Amino acid sequence: MNRRRFLVAAGAAGLVLTQSPLALTLPAQAKGLAPTPTMRGGANNYRPNAPLVDRLGSGFWVTGTVRRAGDGAPLSGVRIQIWAATTIGGEREPRNHGSVLTAADGTFRLETEQIVPNFGEPHAHLAYDDGAFKTVFLRPVMPSARDTSVNADFVLAPA
Amino acid sequence: MAKQHKNLVSFGIWTGIALLVAVPVVLATTSPYLGYRSMAYIIGGFAGIVALALFLLQPLLALGALPGVNKAHSRLWHRWVGASIVVAVLLHVGGLYITSPADTVDALLLVSPTAFSIYGVIAMWGVVITAVLVVCRRRLRLRFSTWQLVHNGLALVVVISTVIHAVMIQGAMEEVSKWVLCVAVLATTTGALALHWVVKPLSRRRRLDRKALSD
Repeated sequence: MNRRRFLVAAGAAGLVLTQSPLALTLPAQAKGLAPTPTMRGGANNYRPNAPLVDRLGSGFWVTGTVRRAGDGAPLSGVRIQIWAATTIGGEREPRNHGSVLTAADGTFRLETEQIVPNFGEPHAHLAYDDGAFKTVFLRPVMPSARDTSVNADFVLAPA
Repeated sequence: MAKQHKNLVSFGIWTGIALLVAVPVVLATTSPYLGYRSMAYIIGGFAGIVALALFLLQPLLALGALPGVNKAHSRLWHRWVGASIVVAVLLHVGGLYITSPADTVDALLLVSPTAFSIYGVIAMWGVVITAVLVVCRRRLRLRFSTWQLVHNGLALVVVISTVIHAVMIQGAMEEVSKWVLCVAVLATTTGALALHWVVKPLSRRRRLDRKALSD
């Protein structure tokens, strides 16, 4: 192998090395948006079929989006169940449980009483549990107990 | 004059201990969170605070270091405070279980999303093992020094994990008084252990060396 051929070969190898990570990521990108996994403790104190409500209280907002795994298309009319410990009681208090439907753009929001720390952390619980997609339970933690909103986004995979 | 000075010091020590224990408990009773909680949750939470505060006394009682309490009374108190800690831990876990069985079982099975619950469970098992060893102490026929090593080792694990558990929790305790109590608990525990396992053996050896030299 002369010097020129060696350099060409090394260059080609280098090109392959720089290209290959991209090539490896391509199939994953083709697969698209990965579904949201259920969080630890997400289903605790779940009461299935929380009633659809306009609001559960005032001053605190639970917000989020619901999209389809893969293409990331927003899902409208999807029921999200929400519960949390607030100033009117704990997570098992029925008045702290309610459902909302997503809008056309896949967003949802529910006004509640102020969420307070429960079992050592201020957090909310959200569930998608209606069959068309795989069930997902989320348990977002508020960075501060003084926060007046918490967000949780769902990416749902077909059941 | 010397006696007056001693009285003043002992008054200061007892006042300090009373404040270290009472202030965090009293401030926790003023937490707005209590108004949003069930009685089981409140009792469970306060049982945890009380257990933390009792850890301040245990090493001092074990050493017989509290002014005005003789060694025999000190040992008796150490047992009663120990028994109270066991009861407090049972009330803590029981109260939390009634409040939210799912969250409590998750914690006990070490699958809870909150890291502090792991430290709480370590401390709980440390207290349980300590209590079992205390009850079975005669039957085990351990050498006294072995017993002390096991008992003190468990105490250190229990206290450190309790403190980590407490400071990580956002709850009814007021932050500053919680930190002060936690630092004080760590100080009395590590201070008592250092005194027993390092300072006393060293000074004993020095005394023996001096005696050997003078002989």
